[in-house]
Amino acid sequence: MNALEIKNLNVSIEGQSILKDFSLTIPKGEVHALMGPNGTGKSTLAKVMAGHEDYQVESGTVTLDGENILGEEPDVIAHAGLFLAFQYPLEIPGVSIANFIRAARAARLPNGETINAVEYYKELYEKMDALKMDRKFTARSLNDGFSGGEKKRCEILQMSMLDPAYCVMDETDSGLDIDALKTVSEGVNLMRGPERGFLVITHYQRLLDYIVPDVVHVMFDGRIVHSGPAELAHELEAKGYDWVKESFATTA
Amino acid sequence: MSNTEVQDDAINVDTEKGNFSYPEDYAYDAGVGLSEDTIRYISDVKKEDQWVREFRQRALEIFHKKDMPTNWATKDLENIHFDKIRYYLSKGQQPSRTWDEVPDDVKETFERLGIPEQERKFLAGVEAQFDSEAAYSHMKEELEKEGVIFVGSSEGLEKYPEIFRPYFGKVIPSTDNKFAALNSATFSGGSFIYVPKGVKLKQPLQAYFRINAENFGQFERTLIIADEDSEITYMEGCTAPKFETATLHSAVVELVALKNAKIQYITVQNWSSNVFNLVTKRGMADEGAEVKWIDCNIGSRLTMKYPGVVLKGRGARGEVLSIALANDGQHQDTGAKMIHLADDTTSNIISKSISIGEGRSTYRGQVHMPKHLKNCKNNTECDALLINTHSRTDTYPAITTRGQNNTVQHEASVSKVSAEQIFYMMQRGLSEGEAMSLAVNGFVHELLKAFPMEYSVELKRLIDMEMEGSVG
Repeated sequence: MNALEIKNLNVSIEGQSILKDFSLTIPKGEVHALMGPNGTGKSTLAKVMAGHEDYQVESGTVTLDGENILGEEPDVIAHAGLFLAFQYPLEIPGVSIANFIRAARAARLPNGETINAVEYYKELYEKMDALKMDRKFTARSLNDGFSGGEKKRCEILQMSMLDPAYCVMDETDSGLDIDALKTVSEGVNLMRGPERGFLVITHYQRLLDYIVPDVVHVMFDGRIVHSGPAELAHELEAKGYDWVKESFATTA
Repeated sequence: MSNTEVQDDAINVDTEKGNFSYPEDYAYDAGVGLSEDTIRYISDVKKEDQWVREFRQRALEIFHKKDMPTNWATKDLENIHFDKIRYYLSKGQQPSRTWDEVPDDVKETFERLGIPEQERKFLAGVEAQFDSEAAYSHMKEELEKEGVIFVGSSEGLEKYPEIFRPYFGKVIPSTDNKFAALNSATFSGGSFIYVPKGVKLKQPLQAYFRINAENFGQFERTLIIADEDSEITYMEGCTAPKFETATLHSAVVELVALKNAKIQYITVQNWSSNVFNLVTKRGMADEGAEVKWIDCNIGSRLTMKYPGVVLKGRGARGEVLSIALANDGQHQDTGAKMIHLADDTTSNIISKSISIGEGRSTYRGQVHMPKHLKNCKNNTECDALLINTHSRTDTYPAITTRGQNNTVQHEASVSKVSAEQIFYMMQRGLSEGEAMSLAVNGFVHELLKAFPMEYSVELKRLIDMEMEGSVG
């Protein structure tokens, strides 16, 4: 099946259960938003899918187009087509953005093939222009001393340069002012299409005004408790997460 | 763009480049162990003058008298068994002037290491030492016409004593330390260079030091004299195969930069992990002169090396830029010495060390500015990068500053490549080795810019090789 499928995923860290029978299917071509209060397991889900080793997977499956990715190394999962835009991108001193993305692309090439530098820079500059990033940024060390907004733009730049089949965006809106939010959203919208699926994790409805999702899921206590169309985000915003807690705490 | 080009070249490397050896076949062999007879044998083979023989004998006495410096350095030094080492091995004393005349196995060795190719591409002259003696030595004709001398130590002392003798053993006397004494007693090979007044070499001279034999000690001796207003860049590379037993490399390098001269000395060593590399390097800078050491220490079991500059004349400048990479089972004990002896002298030390796995890095720095001096400056930066929790790094700065308007700046930092950084890079599709390699290259990036292009490419390769090998 052409989808990112998570089935009955149970994950814990240091003996504490975080994801509880979590299931979600994102077909290619769709944008799904995952909303929920802090500490409900949204970021854990993102990291587990990307192959972070700190979490204990107890049961369940995660597949990309039918291929298992659970338990694979992070680079193998990346090659399989999953990209994670980090909530807190890491700083890599001395490694320029241009060299980093180039190395990441080179890692995807078959042995013996090399990157055409002229074409590479042309594409890089076009995408930076679209994200309203100064071209001088290519020479700056990756995320080193960047503002919150610069880091998030840089995540979206990497995402678009690496052309993944499935994008998981973890709280991309945090740390962004309204202008940056619009620019970043435009960048993401340009990438939308029938060949790509998105999981947009966010705490606030604000981002979803610009990246309008096909489906909104509400997560609470390690599982999805409610799903609906884009309007659900507005309802959630109006009623607040207390409403979620009151409505679903008893069933948890 | 140049950085991205460098990166391209760093992909797909032969991780075992230096790990091969050829069967031993030597015309001259001083046997195993160190005695007066060993020293005499070397002198006889080289047909040395009486003063050189006496210099060796005195140095041997000093070597025996001096204790191992284990009071401040590692106890691992006690594992060097001087009585089991072979001190002189050669196929003959006269280096060939063309590669065609070099014996096949030796020629193949250097071809595999890429030396003839580098010579064609960007070097003004090359000397290639195989165990105790140079097998090949050649310099461009125009430099010879300008009066540049580029020969081995024996030839230098024999043919040009009036030039080299006054400085030989003066910047680093035999009494300096136990290993300088050992070298002074047993030295063979190395480069003796004289650059006449006003001559500025546009391309570097290079020496390549290769150890081929097991249980062997290599003791090359280098002396570079840059006369007034001259300029020279000298580069050295070193490798050895991986033997079961320890190998000893103990060089002495003396640099003399006369008034307004500039010497840049670049080392890229890639010793195998059983080489004890105990080297003394020091330069003397006269008025307005500049001595710059660029030093990369990769590999070896133990390296102890603290390149120094004696800033003897007013306005002299000294610089040490060093990179050390200590992998499992390796200890890089490196640093720098700046001895300010005149007004208006400046020195700069930038040291970057990387410790991986059980690897250990130590920085020892000495900056000396006595009371009577004015307007002297030193800047010292030492940064350490740790990769995984077993790594260890120590910094021992020793700074003595007195006098007026003298300033010393010292900055030190220790950082780690975190598991989260590796995860982040791997999420972008890099393997664990590639991710670590990128982090390390990023750490030394600024320093790498100081290198000539060809050497920064080589260095990136070596770093990538080390990082690939360190992923379990």
